[in-house]
Amino acid sequence: MTETVLDVRNLRVEFPTRRGTLTAVDDISLTIAKGEILGVVGESGAGKSMTGMAILGLLEPPGRIASGEIWLSGDRIDNLSETQMQAVRGRRIGAIFQDPLTSLNPLFRVGDQLVETIRLHTQLSKSAARQRAIELMREVGIPAVEERIDNYPHQFSGGMRQRIVIALALCAEPELIIADEPTTALDVSIQAQITALLKRLCRERGTAVMLVTHDMGVIAETADRVAVMYAGRLAELGAVEDVVRRPQHPYTTGLMGSIPSLRRDEAELQMIPGAMPRLGAIPEGCAFNPRCAFAGPKCRRDTPRIHGNGAACWLALEGATA
Amino acid sequence: MTRPILEVAALERRFDVSAPWLNRMIERKPRRTLRAVDGVDFDILPGQTLALVGESGCGKSTIAKLVTGLHAPSGGSIRFNGDPDKMQMIFQDPYASLNPRWRVGRIVAEPLRTLRPDTPEAQVTARVEELLSTVGLSPADAVKYPHEFSGGQRQRISIARALAGDPEFLVCDEPTSALDVSVQAQVLNLMKRLQREMGLTYLFISHDLSVVRHMADVIAVMYLGRIVEIQPTKDLFANPLHPYTRMLLDTIPDLEAPKRDRAPMGGEVPSPVSPPSGCSFHPRCPLAFDRCKRERPRREVHVHDRRVACFAAEAAANV
Ligand SMILES: Nc1ncnc2c1ncn2[C@@H]1O[C@H](COP(=O)(O)OP(=O)(O)O)[C@@H](O)[C@H]1O
Ligand SMILES: Nc1ncnc2c1ncn2[C@@H]1O[C@H](COP(=O)(O)OP(=O)(O)O)[C@@H](O)[C@H]1O
Ligand code: SF4
Ligand code: SF4
Ligand SMILES: [Mg+2]
Ligand SMILES: [Mg+2]
Repeated sequence: MTETVLDVRNLRVEFPTRRGTLTAVDDISLTIAKGEILGVVGESGAGKSMTGMAILGLLEPPGRIASGEIWLSGDRIDNLSETQMQAVRGRRIGAIFQDPLTSLNPLFRVGDQLVETIRLHTQLSKSAARQRAIELMREVGIPAVEERIDNYPHQFSGGMRQRIVIALALCAEPELIIADEPTTALDVSIQAQITALLKRLCRERGTAVMLVTHDMGVIAETADRVAVMYAGRLAELGAVEDVVRRPQHPYTTGLMGSIPSLRRDEAELQMIPGAMPRLGAIPEGCAFNPRCAFAGPKCRRDTPRIHGNGAACWLALEGATA
Repeated sequence: MTRPILEVAALERRFDVSAPWLNRMIERKPRRTLRAVDGVDFDILPGQTLALVGESGCGKSTIAKLVTGLHAPSGGSIRFNGDPDKMQMIFQDPYASLNPRWRVGRIVAEPLRTLRPDTPEAQVTARVEELLSTVGLSPADAVKYPHEFSGGQRQRISIARALAGDPEFLVCDEPTSALDVSVQAQVLNLMKRLQREMGLTYLFISHDLSVVRHMADVIAVMYLGRIVEIQPTKDLFANPLHPYTRMLLDTIPDLEAPKRDRAPMGGEVPSPVSPPSGCSFHPRCPLAFDRCKRERPRREVHVHDRRVACFAAEAAANV
């Protein structure tokens, strides 16, 4: 039996604006099991980060969870107070962002930051916490830890800083890590090191990981399952081999086709006509219908939705778009 | 034999990255020089695409700026065998390179107005409309401002502007790196179509090997300011000669054959202020031997016809 760590049910995130309410996350349901990496992929503006921020309880007002529930290992966390949520963050959910300096204070030595975080979440003495910090830095692959522990963030390379952020996220042995574009600012060789590290930690510690990225290649090599987002909605959800090799949703198919191949020679790349709609201009029915070669009348009327594996597409759901 | 349109030889660019004079005096620190481009040779044939690929900081953008005259070389030569007015540049960040207070029509017309100031206004307008259509925008977009467009549309505006002076040669520095993949596909297809129709030559810069494979006829792989390998695209992928190229190819995620259990390449790119001696790749190279620390490998005629700078490749070629 796999143990469900994260269970997001019908999550909706809204931004009230002067010109009406914008729905940035629209009825998303997903789960992540212990030791599983769920990739969340989609183009910029699809709602990936909003989903992660909603789970972390870090939505910037006026953004808010309008409906739905978020459960962490059997505890509901979307309705907690800010103080209660602060305790959940860090202790039970770790966060890693694209820019390591979101999580690291440039004015403090990295060792002190680790020690402080460890002491915040455990009963360890100062010296035991420092020992623990050294172990964590070793575990994430910082060379010559004893020499580097008292350095400041700017004395590390981008890749090393991201490793320290991962160590920071691990301080309290969280059940869930939300990593939002953790490798996007890094070069391919460093990117591969960081994703390998995340994979190893997830396997060894049984941590559930939500890996948000726009990069299908990273997903293909790292995630167990993948959620494809489009215009705030789930377009497709499934095992990574299925979604990458046999995408069911026309948007996923188009997305995969638009990536230049490393093996096949293509005179032209596949193109999806047009662009993803802005939040205020999402069409009726299937959000993808103006760009879809298979769109039929039903697609322009009714919104296809999934709440488990599958594709949110009338063709896939019913075999017809009439 | 066709004459190259661009000939770059022994090109160097150093930057002085010393601390300010007073600090140097107090702390008794010497001057520090960063070798951003450290002896680079390549030619580009007309109508072809040569790609520079490599990790950030390896000197790609500096070469772009040297070729377009935005930087002066510290050594070596750049010969452009064409009309200098027919060289244009496209940048990574289409927003930063478009004047936000100008309407799109004025932005696109600017090279035309600079290069041929006598062009009648009606002709300029007609040309702008034609250019906007060419890049897949609407002639009516001429009256809008850059902020009204998405990233991909803004890159189309930069391309339209670059085309305004009927260029022969385009230097494209990471033109799609800021774009989503589906938008990138639209822009890359556009660039290939324009090349076919107008016979353009591209110096195409990217850190993305799959993009480079799709776009380039010839690929130059850079490491710490040097070209370590240069080959026709097909050959580079079929038979990479330099250990760094092989490591890069091994490391990039491959959608069609994901390597889920691979061990990533270790180490990081060293600082270009104090690069390793000899072959600057030697601390990370699995094939390194004594000579690599002492001597700098060069691309020699007898080693795969100047395609690679590596002593291990040279030894293998000599047996
Ligand atoms: N403060 C805000 N007010 C209104 N809309 C916002 C705000 N912040 C983000 N959005 C919108 O929410 C959508 C989802 O954004 P995001 O989750 O950051 O996308 P992704 O991470 O997939 O690129 C985008 O269309 C973005 O413009
Ligand atoms: N104006 C400058 N002053 C000092 N150093 C520079 C300057 N421009 C570039 N560099 C340095 O030169 C090296 C090459 O930079 P760049 O050509 O931008 O690399 P790339 O485009 O391959 O990422 C880097 O180490 C960079 O920090
Ligand atoms: S529901 Fe209709 S419009 Fe949407 S992806 Fe499926 S076929 Fe296309
Ligand atoms: S010259 Fe030596 S160190 Fe450099 S790539 Fe070749 S074998 Fe490796
Ligand atoms: Mg995001
Ligand atoms: Mg650059």
